[in-house]
Amino acid sequence: MIIRPVQSVLVALLLFITSSLFAQHASENEAVEHDGVSIESHDEAFNAGNMILEHIVDAYEWHILTYGDFHLSIPLPIIVYHKGSFITFLSSKLHHGHSPALFDENKDLIHAVEQGAPEHPVFGLAVMHEGAHKGKLAYIKVADYVNHHVIVEDIEAGMPTDLSITKNVVSLWISLILILVIFFSVAKSYKKRKGMAPKGLQSALEPFIVFIRDDIAKESIGEKKYEKYVPYLLTIFFFIFFNNLLGLIPFFPGGANLTGNIAITMVLALFTFIITTVSGNKNYWTHIVNTPGVPWWLKIPMPLMPIVELMGLITKPFVLMVRLFANITAGHIIVLGFISLIFIFGNMHPVAGYGVSIVSIAFSIFLTFLEFLVALIQAYVFTLLSALYFGAATEEHH
Amino acid sequence: MELVNPGLGLIFWMTLSFGIVLFILSKYAWPLILGGIKEREEEINNSLESARQAREEIKNLQSNNEQLLKQAREERDALMREARELKDDMIVKAKSQADQQAKQIIESAKAAIEQEKTAALSDLKNQVAGLSIEIAEKLLKAELSKENKQKELMDKLIGEAGQQLN
Repeated sequence: MIIRPVQSVLVALLLFITSSLFAQHASENEAVEHDGVSIESHDEAFNAGNMILEHIVDAYEWHILTYGDFHLSIPLPIIVYHKGSFITFLSSKLHHGHSPALFDENKDLIHAVEQGAPEHPVFGLAVMHEGAHKGKLAYIKVADYVNHHVIVEDIEAGMPTDLSITKNVVSLWISLILILVIFFSVAKSYKKRKGMAPKGLQSALEPFIVFIRDDIAKESIGEKKYEKYVPYLLTIFFFIFFNNLLGLIPFFPGGANLTGNIAITMVLALFTFIITTVSGNKNYWTHIVNTPGVPWWLKIPMPLMPIVELMGLITKPFVLMVRLFANITAGHIIVLGFISLIFIFGNMHPVAGYGVSIVSIAFSIFLTFLEFLVALIQAYVFTLLSALYFGAATEEHH
Repeated sequence: MELVNPGLGLIFWMTLSFGIVLFILSKYAWPLILGGIKEREEEINNSLESARQAREEIKNLQSNNEQLLKQAREERDALMREARELKDDMIVKAKSQADQQAKQIIESAKAAIEQEKTAALSDLKNQVAGLSIEIAEKLLKAELSKENKQKELMDKLIGEAGQQLN
């Protein structure tokens, strides 16, 4: 009986999301012309691939919804290091990525669209829509833009040092603030309710904390040394878990595919790698450089085993990085794929679209539940493997 | 390629922000939380241990109590037995005493009765003797009121006395 209102809310939400998506993509084509910049081929028909990709990659603005001509998105600051100094401007200057930002010799922004074709732009930045740097901010050939109104990447100029506060950076900060608030309040309740039974948030999170401490850290690292690593393991577990869940929320402040971003998983894997390497003891390095129990001719004159071991050293964090990234991204792609089916069929015939929507939404709901499970499992796996690597690095010779 | 091409900015901000948060949490939040959990676990363990001990003590106490109770019961039984014996003894003694006393009383009563009887008899004798004398007196008086009679008696008495002298 309790489930019923929840279910209806979920269905209503999904309907709302799908309809807003529909509106967005129906209006995209018109929106392009309104911006006055003709970036060729913003798909005439609904392009599921593009739509899905747009939803899972990073962006320079946080798009919330589009209704007709109305774009609701949060512009985010773009920070670029250019020849000795930082240039900052809001991403709204890029007009949802359709126009470039042009600068004069003082690195001052020239308001291109408002003033018509600028006279003396020295360099320009724009979001690439194709090529190797698709979706990234790159230098453009200014002359081509001024003369022919086309955006062409200036490959010789290289890539700008881009430290923009992107959608994922904002999402990262939101999640980190959330984590700080949650765990400081939990810490406070531990201080306040010393020796008493846990309550509220504290009792919700305590099983996870105890599980990570006892069943991950203690099991994998060993009774003697595990304590030093528990704070890190707890932090990555909750960071990944919370961000996995936030990624499943389809609208602001969730919806950023943070743990499905390879930069994020790369940094997490690097943290694990650095901690593993720093805490590696003599036994650990001996195993890598001079693996015991292996015939000598595998080490001298050709250091075959050391090379294999070194590869293993690099492979471990690499696998961590790819696994989390691929799992979360794949989940998002499948859910978005099912939603896309509605529009693909809807473009054929509206009735087909409505018909398919029932099946699609059912599958999306099922997959979203599956993703809840994946969110937990991937956080667990990342934490467990990190703990196992720490355990291997600190294992004593026996 | 966008998907697998890590963004420099994101790497930079992630390293910085995550590093700071990791540091803050490790320094200020996790020690408190882990310490709290550990402290409580120890407290629970201690409490359970002390509860176990208390339970054992109670068990010991219970067996002690039972023993004491058993002892007390035995003692009580012994006391009761003794008392019963004493009672029986006393009854027997009292009975014999009472018998003796009764006998004595009866004896003395009998003696008293005998005494009274003899006293009464002697009293009766005396009274009968007195009465007889009085009657005799009166008879004599009446007999001797006549002269010839006195003479007759005198004669008779002198005759008797003479007979006795003979």
